[in-house]
Amino acid sequence: MTERLGPHEPVAPLAAVEDVEVRGHIIDSLILPKVLDGITAAGGEFRIKDIAVGHDRADPSYARIEVRAADAASLESIISQISDHGAVPVHGGDARLVDADMDGAFPEGFYSTTNQRTEVRCGGRWLPVGDQEMDCGIVVDADAGAARCLPMSDGERGMRIVVGHVGVRVFPLERQEQGHAFAFMNSAVSTEKPKGIVIREIARQLHANRGGPGKSLLVGGPAIVHTGSGPLVSRLVRQGYIHKLFAGNALATHDIEQALFGTSLGVNLSEGTIVDAGHEHHLRAINRIRRAGSIRAAVESGLLASGIMHDCVRHGVEVHLSGSIRDDGPLPEVVTDALECQRIMRSAVRDVTFCLMIATTLHSVAVGNLLPASVRVVCVDINPSTVIKLNDRGSFQTVGLVTDVEPFLRALVAEVSKLEA
Amino acid sequence: MCPPDHYGVYYVINPWMDIARQADHAAAVAQWQSLRAALVAAGAQVSLVPPVEGLPDMVFTANAALIYRKRAIVSRFRHEQRAGEQPHFRRWLAEHGFEALDPPDGHAFEGAGDALFCGDTLYAGYRQRSDAIGHQKIGTLLGVRVLPLELVSAHFYHLDTCFCPLDAQTAIWFPPALDEYGRRVIRANIANLIEVEEAEARSFACNAAVVGRAVVTNIGCSGLHGRLRAAGFAPVEVPLSEFVKAGGSAKCLTLRLDGEEAAAWRQDDPGGNSENCHDRL
Repeated sequence: MTERLGPHEPVAPLAAVEDVEVRGHIIDSLILPKVLDGITAAGGEFRIKDIAVGHDRADPSYARIEVRAADAASLESIISQISDHGAVPVHGGDARLVDADMDGAFPEGFYSTTNQRTEVRCGGRWLPVGDQEMDCGIVVDADAGAARCLPMSDGERGMRIVVGHVGVRVFPLERQEQGHAFAFMNSAVSTEKPKGIVIREIARQLHANRGGPGKSLLVGGPAIVHTGSGPLVSRLVRQGYIHKLFAGNALATHDIEQALFGTSLGVNLSEGTIVDAGHEHHLRAINRIRRAGSIRAAVESGLLASGIMHDCVRHGVEVHLSGSIRDDGPLPEVVTDALECQRIMRSAVRDVTFCLMIATTLHSVAVGNLLPASVRVVCVDINPSTVIKLNDRGSFQTVGLVTDVEPFLRALVAEVSKLEA
Repeated sequence: MCPPDHYGVYYVINPWMDIARQADHAAAVAQWQSLRAALVAAGAQVSLVPPVEGLPDMVFTANAALIYRKRAIVSRFRHEQRAGEQPHFRRWLAEHGFEALDPPDGHAFEGAGDALFCGDTLYAGYRQRSDAIGHQKIGTLLGVRVLPLELVSAHFYHLDTCFCPLDAQTAIWFPPALDEYGRRVIRANIANLIEVEEAEARSFACNAAVVGRAVVTNIGCSGLHGRLRAAGFAPVEVPLSEFVKAGGSAKCLTLRLDGEEAAAWRQDDPGGNSENCHDRL
């Protein structure tokens, strides 16, 4: 039995979970090993979360055990069986639901979410919380037996909002995601790790996602274009590795400027020379697209014939451009209402399972806020503080790679090509 | 003890019972009287709880309560057929100087039938009639070590049908009535174990009333009696076949008010029950 109390075997992500506790003379009576054996014999798995052994002979001991089973019915059968031996479920009861008394704000004391898998207890049943996102509230539709994360601004009067921590449980990521592909990176920000291995792994994820149900999202900053990496991203788009692109006015503008004038902010990317009146090129590029009505229209009319934006239109990549107060133009597709941008991105990330953030700080943080912790994120930036910012804001699932963008993308394209071969 | 005035097999709550195999009332009365005589001869003083019509199993006083010093945890029966006994036992115990306590809420508990001290430990049978959690809570309430043992056979539905402590280090037992964990627990905790064969276990050999070194059982337990004599005990046999028809025997027909011989607390409690109720059954 001693080995049971030591370090635990990894627990597979079995779907149904319940904590039970057993107290009394559970060690001398072999009740604890019997309960654990009972769980295993019935096809479940356990993890001892807490154990306190009595000091004197007459002192009772205590153990809190997390029980996992493949589905709710198997779990119920295990719980019923081990309850005969004195192991009883522990839960503080149902979550407290309070009707929202106004639009756009939650009741005081609302439960504030994390980006980790969460469940709420209603009517004695644990409901999975959908649309997992940090810094939201939880709205429950008791009749439908459904719960989901809800941003404060989307709150409506009369919605039933979870208040307090009772009846809410959160599943830490490390148990759900055993041995993920970047497990060898034991520090989130890596300036000194062998980049080749990480890049190979990113290529593998993109390749695996290409045909699968999970989508790959690129969040990109304008440095992709300034550094001359546009054609590399274009190639990934054309080969079907990028399903969605989130960017700002700048990336699209510089990409289009490059396509129309061969410059990025007036710098000729092939020759590195500053072109006469080149500083006007990006404004002229925006103007042409605005005159065309949209990027898509410019592509369809033949005005825009190359570049990332062109390839995204041609290859059906879902693009969302968020505006900012420093934007020129902006391009017609740019959404300038920040809350609307959040809503669009929130809805677009639902099926994303892999996210590559390249050379953009604020956009990375914004998207990081929307992603559940189960989405693997790789953040590539020349500046380590971008990755640190992401981590500090709770996107701890992020793996950071501190490197210049161009050599990174060149290596990534090479790795992807190897996989294709 | 409770006189068998209203005893009979009128319902079926264990595999021994069969309404078609009714107890012979006159024979039952005679057997009960001979048991009482054997206990008195062994040195016991017997107090009687008045029988109640319509409660035939009240004769099995072992299930009235668990006695610990001056406290009595009164039973909460699993079957409603016996629930009517509870208030009568409770009243009697309270009137006789015991602090009558209820078992933990929501848990069945069948008294000394399922909770037996051996040394400083309370061995407690569960699954058939009493609940494991209830036992653990009673252990906490009394401040004693409790080792719950799972009973796996419907024929041995109370712990006292398959396990009987004789002194602080010795017990009679029938291992197949317990699951593997329970057997390991008993072997690890009790130094001297006297095993009973199945045929004798079915004659309720383990359901013995112990007074000093005297061990009173039903007839048909000669193998056990030989082993008891070899171990320095004085076995006594009394025919109790009419009570076996309801699934009980010598031990079931008694409740030791001053603590079982094997209970360690009995030795260190001179100011407690022993003074007032010495050797009373």
